[in-house]
Amino acid sequence: MKKKHGKKSTVNKSFYFMVVPFIILFFIFHTIPFFQGIFYSFTDWKGYGIWNTVGFRNYIQFFKDPAMGQTYAFTIKFALCATILVNALSLALACGLNAKIKFKNTIKAIYFLPYMLGTLIIGFVFNFIFGNVIPIWGQKLGIEALSTNILGTNHAWLGILFVTVWQAMAFNTLIYLSGLQTVDRDVYEAADLDGATGFKRFTKITFPLIAPFFTINMVLSVKNFLMAFDQIMAMTGGGPGTSTTSISVLIYKRGFDGGQFAYQSANAVILFLIIAGISIFQLKVLEKREAKMN
Amino acid sequence: MGKSKCKVKEKYNWPMTILLLVLAVVFILGPLYIAVLIAVKDPSEMANVLSFPKKLRLQNFVDAWVMTDYPRKFMNTLFITVINLVFTILSNSMVAYAITRNKDKSKFFNFAYYYFVSAMFIPFNVIMLPLVKQASAFHMDNIFGITFLYIIFGLPMNIFLYTGFVKSIPPVLDEAAYIDGATPFQTFYKIIFPLMKPMSATVAILSFMWTWNDFSMPLVLLSEEKYQTLQLAQYVFKGQFNTEYNLAFASYVLVLIPILLVYIFCQKWIIAGVTNGAVKA
Repeated sequence: MKKKHGKKSTVNKSFYFMVVPFIILFFIFHTIPFFQGIFYSFTDWKGYGIWNTVGFRNYIQFFKDPAMGQTYAFTIKFALCATILVNALSLALACGLNAKIKFKNTIKAIYFLPYMLGTLIIGFVFNFIFGNVIPIWGQKLGIEALSTNILGTNHAWLGILFVTVWQAMAFNTLIYLSGLQTVDRDVYEAADLDGATGFKRFTKITFPLIAPFFTINMVLSVKNFLMAFDQIMAMTGGGPGTSTTSISVLIYKRGFDGGQFAYQSANAVILFLIIAGISIFQLKVLEKREAKMN
Repeated sequence: MGKSKCKVKEKYNWPMTILLLVLAVVFILGPLYIAVLIAVKDPSEMANVLSFPKKLRLQNFVDAWVMTDYPRKFMNTLFITVINLVFTILSNSMVAYAITRNKDKSKFFNFAYYYFVSAMFIPFNVIMLPLVKQASAFHMDNIFGITFLYIIFGLPMNIFLYTGFVKSIPPVLDEAAYIDGATPFQTFYKIIFPLMKPMSATVAILSFMWTWNDFSMPLVLLSEEKYQTLQLAQYVFKGQFNTEYNLAFASYVLVLIPILLVYIFCQKWIIAGVTNGAVKA
């Protein structure tokens, strides 16, 4: 409206000097590699030497490749389990931290600590715990399931899941807690008067009020877990066999060392489509639901 | 006095306090305690893994320090982290300011906004393969190159964080400065930038955490030993540590100490900053 009537407001040239150099740099170092990746996914480049364009061959191969299927199955299973566990546990923990507890700040600070530590080192520490501490306890207590290093078995992914949840809870709990703190105490008092307590109060009153925080956590969790890399490199390197090879680990390992530069570029493109799709879908759906509840 | 206070205030929920404390000690502090314990033990005492050491063996730290060339790795990491932090705050805030102020007037700035923000959907792993080829062609596979890339790659997220904040600063301030003859650059650095301090703190903390703990970017970009960061060095030395757990854990503890110190002293700030960033996002 304004634009139509008033004269077109001019932008001071200096603003262009502030932005254009960064657009150019970002284009060179981020956008060009992104398009290069898409381009190479239509070639047979090994990462060196000559190459030819091959059309959709890499993508056709992608859907026929059992190794790829296994990697995607593992990554999606892992991401789903981690997202559900992290969000359920974080929400419970945040409710606990939101109660009238003593030493609140200290306890909160301890639970946030894992966020500060590098995932790689955490992975190494838990490697040792899974390999050298838990089996000894398991043998002492006579529990079969605990007496071997879980990372060497078919259940290795559970070890990775544990470490991922251990670390990710720190951030998610903090967000839920800040959400819970926005809920006015008067709301609870009103709910108490109406006879809504305990679980009912949580589902009917608390949860809808912190829904935006739930949105943030869900989106960030799924995205992060689908790209799991550090903890897997630290703990299993993708093994035993290839049972814990996530999409990112596969891109790294086969893309750089396996002579599959082009094929893994196709893999990266598909990972991008999935991540972008999920992010947009989640934002849309969850926002709609929030709006409905409000 | 204590009694009267208790009466006025709501009672503490002690069962919850104890439950949360026990869980925190067992699950969070427990693993870290084990890490420190192994780091100060003598290899001969490893038969009983969790026994308290008869004497502290601090030689583990000296050995790890020398073996991994800790000072160099520390300085590399510190350089990347500090330079990235300073330049990110100075430059990304400016870009966000220019974009936000002109987004509604000009198609170009509106495009710039969506260009940067939509790049948030592209994870690093997706551009990793071509980026490494490009970086080595441009001779950017070193400390300076990676620092530069961190500054550039932080743009989408930081612009996203800053724009909301810039909107809350009244444009009247800009106009007043403009009438007084200030250029946009002067207006920004003298008037707007100081006002952006709360969001800059958040951006600073997030950038710090990202670069200090990052593993994947150094892994693919920094192949030369002299450029390794602390995180990358731990990965590279994993094979050499082999089963010398005491040495390995001494090294891990040395890597964790700086960040723990930062956390202990800036804990409130960090928690507030991270919350602020996530809630804005």
